[in-house]
Amino acid sequence: MTVISRDEVQHLAQLSSLQLSDDETTNLQKDIENILNYIQQLDELDTTGVEPTYQVTGLENIWRDDTVVQSSVSRETLLSLAQDKTVDSVKVPKVL
Amino acid sequence: MSNISNFVGAQSARISVEAAIKKAKDNDNYHALLSLTEDRALERADMVDRGEITGKLAGVPFIVKDNFLAFGAPTTAASKMLEDFQAPLQATAVEKLEAEGAICIGKANLDAFAHGGSTENSAFGVTKNAIDQTRVAGGSSGGSAVVAALDIVPFALGTDTGGSIRQPASFNGVYGMKPTYGTVSRYGVVAMASSTDTIGCFATSAEDVALVLGIMAGSDDKDMTTLPDFFAENTQVKPGQKIGLIKEFMTDDVDSVVRERTTQYVAELTAAGHTVEEVSLPMLRYTLAMYYIIVPAEISSNLARYDGVRYGYRAEGVSTLAELYGKSRDEGFMTENKRRIMIGSYVLSSGFFDAYYQQAQKARTLLIEQFNELFQTYDALVGPVSPTPAFGIGENTSDPVKMYLADVMTVPASLAGLPALSAPAGTDEAGLPIGVQLIGRQRSDAQLLALAASVEVN
Repeated sequence: MTVISRDEVQHLAQLSSLQLSDDETTNLQKDIENILNYIQQLDELDTTGVEPTYQVTGLENIWRDDTVVQSSVSRETLLSLAQDKTVDSVKVPKVL
Repeated sequence: MSNISNFVGAQSARISVEAAIKKAKDNDNYHALLSLTEDRALERADMVDRGEITGKLAGVPFIVKDNFLAFGAPTTAASKMLEDFQAPLQATAVEKLEAEGAICIGKANLDAFAHGGSTENSAFGVTKNAIDQTRVAGGSSGGSAVVAALDIVPFALGTDTGGSIRQPASFNGVYGMKPTYGTVSRYGVVAMASSTDTIGCFATSAEDVALVLGIMAGSDDKDMTTLPDFFAENTQVKPGQKIGLIKEFMTDDVDSVVRERTTQYVAELTAAGHTVEEVSLPMLRYTLAMYYIIVPAEISSNLARYDGVRYGYRAEGVSTLAELYGKSRDEGFMTENKRRIMIGSYVLSSGFFDAYYQQAQKARTLLIEQFNELFQTYDALVGPVSPTPAFGIGENTSDPVKMYLADVMTVPASLAGLPALSAPAGTDEAGLPIGVQLIGRQRSDAQLLALAASVEVN
């Protein structure tokens, strides 16, 4: 049985850039614990010498020429999607 | 029977599109749709009627799951995060269908970011089952399944990462297929888990599914995982196939009525001249655990892009960039999104990476080896899609693990990149639809659909 502390949930939230409320932290603590205890059944499987699979159709690196391809989407259109911007860039609050 | 063929050239595109839009509005109480793209659809219909757009699907209305980028309405992924997001481009799949004259009339509801198996997890309300409104539509492509089942449009697009097309197809009594991994470009579709995400469709016949997939298939420079088009049109069913009935899918954990319908379907296959034998895949007992490691890991990475900066929801009243990220993501995501992101962060974090993520990817290799071994002898595998018919709305929402267990029979094909479809196989006593699943070897998609077409039950 894995037990997840409240601090660990808050640490995970931080790693995930999620600013959780107290109630949510409480609920997620229980859910995450249950899910981790479920997926732990893989521990019993012997995978010595087995290669992991990351790609299922056998494709490997696919190369293309290193040339600039014009996008169908303009800079103005992309900027229009941002909530806060100047004429030619997206604005964010101070970093620190 | 092809339903699509009734639309091509049979009447004016405007009449078809207007009728589909009216039917969508009349069936508003199912809450299958999040938006209609009415103006753009009528404009395109007139272009078809004037002969300016032609093609294999000229004038055929369709609906896309709202995680496909498409013009004419916002692309929300059923989330507050993207509530007002106006797509600056269209998904390759949508572009290819439009190039053949098809007309998108609206966008279907889903579990937010396609995380879920019931379409109860949408930020904009629950979609109801097409046959019984007290039951779930299934998910995550619940809205698309319901619009196909209600015959609002002859086909609808969905995405399937671990069963999100097959399970709602089963719950609503329509055909639904996820093709071989890499068959259809995912460019312009909201990413969930990149190593298993696929695009497929719903229709009322296997023939129509084949027609639509055939048009969408093929390599795309904008999605490097796409395969060259292997989809052969008008494929004839191979006679005398050897088919394996998956033993692990026929245990007491599966509702008896689901097993009965599967057995009846097997009898149909046998009557059609195929041989069906029981087969076993011992690795199946580990597939859900693998899936709920690998998929959250990929979700945590793919959903990192939603930060409130360049597009999407942005929280108010923050003073630093870190707060902007944290609060926008907290307010923009649903609880299930957060759960998966955090599980992903956990299994990828240093100290746990080997024990969880690597172990799951090694287990995946063992699963694929077992599938490959069976495909040396068998042309296809058969079994149920879901352990039960559509469950009641609210029945599984309090326990995430219980909700995950409903995916047990659909995730194996996803982890191995195999084509798999759900075909209607009758109903239970209350009239709730039950689907049967056919799984084939990679790139046997057209043959699998031909097999399904040859034993059409309804």
